[in-house]
Amino acid sequence: MSASNWTTDFLNQLTAAAITVEQFSLPSTTLWQIESGHWQQFADYALAQQLRWVAGWAEHVEGRLFINACFEKQGVYVLSRAIVNAAKPELPSQATVYPAASRSERHTQDMFGIHFTGHPDHRRWTRHQAWAKHDYPLRKDFPVQGGPETVTPPDKEYPFVKAHGEGVYEIPVGPIHAGIIEPGHFRFQAVGELILNLEERLGYVHKGIEKIAEGRTPEALARLAGRVSGDTTVGHCWAACRAMEQATGIEIPPRAALLRGILAERERVANHLGDMGAICNDVAFIFAHMQFSRLRELWLRTNAAVFGHRLLMDRIVPGGVVCDLSEADCALIERECVRLSKELSEIMPAIDLNSSLEDRLYTAGYLSPEIAAALGTVGYVGLASGQDRDVRRDAPYPPYDQASFKVALEDKGDVASRFWVRYKEINASLKLIKQFIAQLAAGDTLAEWQTPPAGSESLGIVEGWRGEIIAYIRFDAGNKIARYYPRDPSILNWPALEKLVLNNIVPDFPVCNKSLNGSYSGNDL
Amino acid sequence: MLRLFKKIITTGVVTEKYKVPKDDELEKLGIQIKRHIDKQFSGSIAIRQVDAGSCNGCELEIHALNNPYYDIERFGIHFVASPRHADVLLVTGPVSRHMQTALLRTYEATPNPKWVVAVGDCAACGGEFGVSYASCGAVANVIPVDMVIAGCPPTPHALMKGLLGLMKG
Repeated sequence: MSASNWTTDFLNQLTAAAITVEQFSLPSTTLWQIESGHWQQFADYALAQQLRWVAGWAEHVEGRLFINACFEKQGVYVLSRAIVNAAKPELPSQATVYPAASRSERHTQDMFGIHFTGHPDHRRWTRHQAWAKHDYPLRKDFPVQGGPETVTPPDKEYPFVKAHGEGVYEIPVGPIHAGIIEPGHFRFQAVGELILNLEERLGYVHKGIEKIAEGRTPEALARLAGRVSGDTTVGHCWAACRAMEQATGIEIPPRAALLRGILAERERVANHLGDMGAICNDVAFIFAHMQFSRLRELWLRTNAAVFGHRLLMDRIVPGGVVCDLSEADCALIERECVRLSKELSEIMPAIDLNSSLEDRLYTAGYLSPEIAAALGTVGYVGLASGQDRDVRRDAPYPPYDQASFKVALEDKGDVASRFWVRYKEINASLKLIKQFIAQLAAGDTLAEWQTPPAGSESLGIVEGWRGEIIAYIRFDAGNKIARYYPRDPSILNWPALEKLVLNNIVPDFPVCNKSLNGSYSGNDL
Repeated sequence: MLRLFKKIITTGVVTEKYKVPKDDELEKLGIQIKRHIDKQFSGSIAIRQVDAGSCNGCELEIHALNNPYYDIERFGIHFVASPRHADVLLVTGPVSRHMQTALLRTYEATPNPKWVVAVGDCAACGGEFGVSYASCGAVANVIPVDMVIAGCPPTPHALMKGLLGLMKG
């Protein structure tokens, strides 16, 4: 089936099932509005049609609540929407059909007070104790300042899943972990060293990103998007800017698109280098950790020298970029790519031939292709378990529409696969950077901004270093943001960690966790 | 194995020299020192890093302090796994309300004498997130802060200077 006609087939099926779909055209995608009562049935048909559940979020618009769910197949994205009255917001859950929708619906329940009937898990998710059960921070009548207590109490009454039986014990870990990492809570049930069950409890770094986005100007929103997850500053900023540009109808100059591509690939390489070192560090293979952290440092120093910021924050702005490359810079970057490639070709054989490392990484943290598909995992987590998807190839956007590269794919689904996918992705990124530099032609780097009409909305979709990033934007009057929702790849990948650690030993949890490396901040918002 | 040793030897030692910074240098970097660490600690400090709500940008740069270029441990500055082993809490973030109690308990668990270093613009003043229903803003709004290293995120260079400045007793 070609990419263009699955929507027609799907719509025909829905019509046959008496599910009415009202179609609207958005700048980036089509919007399908359906009756709220059909919300779950819609998901049933979507699953039968093998659509992937991509993202879910809601919005409070003048006494009504819009519930959105985004689906994808073959690079074609469809935004579905149901509208309910804010006085009694209720609709059937899609989480029974798509497990990936579960936490997202719980987030929507906590933030908007929407009741998803039939949801398999009605416990709170994002809400701890900073606001009351019947307060909903993302409703328009909830003040940004809220009404918090002087000291927010700990969330100690959360009903974790329990395990009973002889020799079964619990290990609570976090929110503050032993290393230099983000906070979150993990609850293990173990027998001896074997992990029977793991439950994640996140939300500790929830800092109201969606709420404080409201009323911002495009520039201010881009700055905030660049801090959704500090390691993905380019990815989130690009997704948000793409959504804002599409909603406004602005085309960015070709040179700006190429520069964004270079920034995004540089971010990917930097993070993969860091992760590969950290994975080796978690099994005490210090040689690799030191080598990769050295290479990462050199890479970040070039970022600082050429782009003016080590992590590339605030280089992408609505309409283009605020950095540029001279010919000398281009030459420097190209030389650096050659050098990195050479160094890796020396380091990787030393790693590959190391049996103690093999022993720890192979078969550890196995994620089956079936579970990876059911959870809708993206990026290196999905790719290592045979989920062949990459926005850069499947729904190409400038500059990737003019580039050629191979999507890294592995099929073993273990920590080693996730390690090797990263290595392959680095190689692909180095080739892409070279292509983008070769295509750079003189020209503007920033398009002039125009005030978008009130109510205009769009989805910005890019491939961040962790995988697909979705940003939803709706504008209010006067160039102000009415709604911003960023879906970090981690939101889809975190649940996979609960599955891939099963039957591993507790001491292997750190390396399993690192191989997934979910963002806490990007998840908690 | 030979490949591994060859790479180690050809890489050599890349660690860079650093001098203990002077006060005016610290000011230039936006580092405010209110108090120097007691002489009894000079030569060694144990740091417990606490992410109280950051975007993870600061953590990346704090991590860099342990890479071979900065190798901060050679100055006796090391990161520990428990606040009970720590002299200094290195706190990032705006403090999210969901992390407020955890941060307070970490502060209480750290034995006296102790120092708190707020790292990054968010920890210094709330940064891009400020104070809201979900965020307490600056670290100083929750626990007493002795020193601030600003930046979004501060570079390893700024972190290094700040921490070495703290040790100048």
